[in-house]
Amino acid sequence: MISIFGRRVPGELFKIFIAWAVVSAIAIPVVWFLLGPHLPPGTMSSSAADQQFDNTVLVVCAIPVAAFLVIYFTYCLVRFRHRGSTLEDGPPLKGDGRVIVAWIAATSAIVLFLAGWGSWELFPGEHGAGGGQGPDPLQIAMPANAASALQVQVIGQQWQWTYRYPQYGFESDQLVLPQGQLVEFHVTSLDVVHSFWAIQLGVKADAVPGSDNVAFTQPNRVGSFQVRCAELCGIWHGHMFTEGRVVTESDFQSWAQQQKQRLAPASSSLPPYAPSYYPEPLTRGG
Amino acid sequence: MSIGVLNARPAWREVVGFNFATGIVLGVAGYFIGNAIGQAVGANIHAMTSTDQNDIAIVLGYLLGVVGFLAGLGFLNYPISRLLGAPPSLQEHEEGGAWRYFRLCTDHKVVGIQYLVGVLFFFFIGGLNAMFIRTELLFPTEHFWDPDHYLTLVGLHGTMMMMMTSAMVLGPLGNYLLPIMIGAQRMAFPRLESLSFWLVPAAGVVLLSAIGLDGFPSGWTGYASLSVQAKAGMDAYLVAFALIGVAMTLVGLNMLATTFTMRAPGMTWTRLPIFAWAVISTGLLMLLAAPVLVVTMALVLMDRTVQTSFFLSSAGGSVYLYENLFWFFGHPEVYILALPGFGIVLELLAVFCRKPVWGYRLSVAGMVGVALVSFFVWQHHLFVSGIDAHLRPFYMLTTELISIPTGFVFLNGMGTLWRAKIRYTVPMLFALAFFFNFLIGGLSGIFNSDVPSDVSTHGSFFVMAHFHYTIMGGLVFAFFGGLYYWFPKMTGVVLNERLGKIHFWLFFISFNFTFFPLFAAGFLGQPRRVSTYASALQGINDFVSISAYFIGISMVVFAINVVYSWVVARQRAAENPWQARGIEWQLPSPVPVRNFERIPEVVASPYEYGVPDAPPVAVLHGPAVAAAGE
Repeated sequence: MISIFGRRVPGELFKIFIAWAVVSAIAIPVVWFLLGPHLPPGTMSSSAADQQFDNTVLVVCAIPVAAFLVIYFTYCLVRFRHRGSTLEDGPPLKGDGRVIVAWIAATSAIVLFLAGWGSWELFPGEHGAGGGQGPDPLQIAMPANAASALQVQVIGQQWQWTYRYPQYGFESDQLVLPQGQLVEFHVTSLDVVHSFWAIQLGVKADAVPGSDNVAFTQPNRVGSFQVRCAELCGIWHGHMFTEGRVVTESDFQSWAQQQKQRLAPASSSLPPYAPSYYPEPLTRGG
Repeated sequence: MSIGVLNARPAWREVVGFNFATGIVLGVAGYFIGNAIGQAVGANIHAMTSTDQNDIAIVLGYLLGVVGFLAGLGFLNYPISRLLGAPPSLQEHEEGGAWRYFRLCTDHKVVGIQYLVGVLFFFFIGGLNAMFIRTELLFPTEHFWDPDHYLTLVGLHGTMMMMMTSAMVLGPLGNYLLPIMIGAQRMAFPRLESLSFWLVPAAGVVLLSAIGLDGFPSGWTGYASLSVQAKAGMDAYLVAFALIGVAMTLVGLNMLATTFTMRAPGMTWTRLPIFAWAVISTGLLMLLAAPVLVVTMALVLMDRTVQTSFFLSSAGGSVYLYENLFWFFGHPEVYILALPGFGIVLELLAVFCRKPVWGYRLSVAGMVGVALVSFFVWQHHLFVSGIDAHLRPFYMLTTELISIPTGFVFLNGMGTLWRAKIRYTVPMLFALAFFFNFLIGGLSGIFNSDVPSDVSTHGSFFVMAHFHYTIMGGLVFAFFGGLYYWFPKMTGVVLNERLGKIHFWLFFISFNFTFFPLFAAGFLGQPRRVSTYASALQGINDFVSISAYFIGISMVVFAINVVYSWVVARQRAAENPWQARGIEWQLPSPVPVRNFERIPEVVASPYEYGVPDAPPVAVLHGPAVAAAGE
């Protein structure tokens, strides 16, 4: 029985490993330093920066895997091509235990690293990566300054978004956020499932009727960002987009006061807004 | 075959019997009867009378229509005759020339060909929808379709493709080949086998009828509560998908029962072809997952018809219930679409490398492992939906664990290629393309399984590109490989190789040009299922649409090849054109009615290429001969 790692055929595999090492050694720094900083969703907010970092790490992990397989397959397809018209059998190689153990060890190591690290990314200081965490966000992942967060209720309905600022007592069709302030989104829907996707902010949370889906982010840069619906919600799903803005703290305060005054005739006849749209939210999403 | 022709009845006698034509007539009659009953029932229900849309009538119409269709095909004859005291029998219409293909036939090879034609027909309709979708996406605003027509196209494309690709391998290739590969003369439940096929055209037609009922807006996932509020076309989606769920359950049951109980003497578990292992792993998933789909569809139908509120939060229901039920089916479903491909490519690789499958047990462990783990990953579709945040690390872990058994399949492919004598035939090209495409599909899947990254990719074109790489790049490529490989055995004629190579290269290149840029489109913020998108993304979308048209052209090449080779050229296939070792290649092409005159004795593995003095896999003429040799 000839084995792949047997002494008789080391040269060919060494060539493949060396080619793989060279390609990886070149590609990984290129991705990390050149591609990484340009990967979506950018660095406009804390959660966007987390996701960009995550995406960079995943691309960097994928490169050696893809490079090894592509180099190996290419080598085999060229080197072991059968020439001539006569039918000829290859050597009846059967699975080599050492290769199998090495392969399982390597794939398990990659997988467990990715799962462990991806879980760690959901823990302290990461704001739950900007994803909707349901009505009951992980306590351990709760940002330290959560108590002072700006609450924004995001209310989806066919086919528009409405934003409520319960701490200020008004609602608006505009999403304006202050720079450098932790934002606590409470996402819900009045009819069917929508998904609130603030693309450049790196926030995505499904808007589910009857449920309060909480997501955190902290905008770091002034500018505008796209809001789109990311869950099919009926015929105008594709039109359910708006543009949001991140402004300086003082601009935000003046905008909020202006909105509040403008809407006072309506708001004054209403009871004060609760922190979430459904005053007694389900304690579990599902 | 010749006996069948001699005994053939006059043509008019075939037309008036229980067959496809009668099925259509009784199906239409059943629809109107069901509709009339529904109108009578619904006349007293406020929700029906107040909206001018009687879902009860539509659903009853569909259900009685399907019953009528099946009765017309003759599915009630046997149960009734048994009630009246007729003796049991396992055969119906196995001899009767071309008419067999238009009725209940218990010959698994007839069912295989029926599936092949039926699945390809609906597959091309689904593909045509994709062309219409890509045409709309040439421009960032609406040009060709209204939003509701566009969404109906999206839903029809997705649902049709999910329905047809579920049946794509196990239907034609599984039904035709599994009994032969294990040395049996038929399937364990031949009538259920025929039923599982005839439900496919029924479901396909019901689904397409949504066009006439204002379409449905929900995509293939049919999320409540959108599905509860949608117009009448939604009923078509629900009934069609439920019918396919029934068909999938029957297929899974039949494949498992056949493999477990009907293997020929000597066909041990370690000699079972890899393809058969893939079929039973898939069968297990179908048997356990598809009933959940049927129940879920039934619950939505009840919400829509008899005013229950399983999924309406305003009346105490929960959307999360739907999402969990659907994906409990839906995630095993995507492995139903992956495993048969694994089986085909490993089978083809051994034949065209002229080497044994490198790690037989490893491949089996990989496929069974994928099948089992796939039941524990479904909530990764719900990472940002507001599920309990504590669950996310668990589902991230299980999802990523699936790449370990999937890696077994890759390792096997790599081991089989090592020091091989590779022949670049058309089936081999498709098998090799599978590995390339599935590699990209698998690596992009890691992005979706990782929660922080999924927050940016979920619900975007990134996800859409990912699952087209696995389902189309994986399963559909493997299916074409298998089809080019087994077509001579199934039909007795050879597919043209030059057209096959044109088909392959056109398909492979345009497929990658179509779907690779969509990863970028998704990353840059294009949600799925939109007919409008950011104008900055028009360049990517135009490139993708034009590439998609080339996929369409490659499918036309394939269709021309099938028609030309099967109908026009009819070049006779040799018994074993690929010099392969499988039992099926020891039989004539096409395989005669009862496969084997007597049950064969299996004496060797089908993969002993290069093993000196390896005997043929099976001794065909009775067990007595082999007993002497062993």
